[in-house]
Amino acid sequence: MKNKINIFILFIILSFCFITFYKGLDDSNTYIPEISDKKNIPIFKAKDFNSGADVNSETFFSEDVFYIVNIWASWCVPCIKEHPFLMQLSKEQSAKLIGLNYRDNLSNAKKFINEFGNPYSQILIDRDGALGVEFGAYGVPETFIIDKNKKIIKKFVGPINKEILQKIKLIIK
Amino acid sequence: MKIIKIFLIIFLSVGFSQLKAGEKNDRLKNKILKNIRCLICQGQSVYDSESDFASSIKLIVDKKINEGSSKEQIFEFLKEKYGNWIIYDPELNKNTYILWLLPLLLFLFGGAIIYKTLIIKKN
Repeated sequence: MKNKINIFILFIILSFCFITFYKGLDDSNTYIPEISDKKNIPIFKAKDFNSGADVNSETFFSEDVFYIVNIWASWCVPCIKEHPFLMQLSKEQSAKLIGLNYRDNLSNAKKFINEFGNPYSQILIDRDGALGVEFGAYGVPETFIIDKNKKIIKKFVGPINKEILQKIKLIIK
Repeated sequence: MKIIKIFLIIFLSVGFSQLKAGEKNDRLKNKILKNIRCLICQGQSVYDSESDFASSIKLIVDKKINEGSSKEQIFEFLKEKYGNWIIYDPELNKNTYILWLLPLLLFLFGGAIIYKTLIIKKN
């Protein structure tokens, strides 16, 4: 009887281990930080891409519209892929598209904009990536949506595609 | 000559104390960076990683230490931006109870088995 109980306990433990590891096989190994709550816009100071003028976050997001902050760089290949979708997004009246040029060479970034077009209302420079960290970004491209209450409500990691474009349009409607 | 000596002592003591403070900051910075997970190369800490993300985090941590932020404040800042997962040491909360308590339970369970076996053998 005692032997049977021991075998049963061993069976339960092994089954638990097997199920845990088997389920683990399906899980993605990469962690993507999610935005669970609405987050405040970070407080920052940056430089304007075109004029080099100082930009302050407190006065920057002053209009009563949605803001879409897109992190991009000229060296980022997926950014080229998402660029046509950003051009489409720039036509939306209910949102202002802001570019955050991430750890880039300024002349290369300007060439990129001249070649593919400028979808952004304004571009900010993030030379050392610190501004990206303030937003909670960890790579390029990433896109953040800021609502009219000036809260970050959604984040898209990776290039914008047709599906994400529709999602963004729905949010800013 | 006396003035030069006094000046030299002051100069050396200031320099030495600054060097000490710099060393202390470096030690704190390394300790913090070793406990932050790189989100680009997820098997590595930010301390070990050479990714763009890691170098941005290194800059931020450096800046925050120079501003006088504590280790806890820096971890809080990063957790707010990226979630608890960015820190290697998981804190005790409702999601990590099992993680923290399971080893203790297993230890007690194993101890009980060993104790019982020894008692039985003795008897």
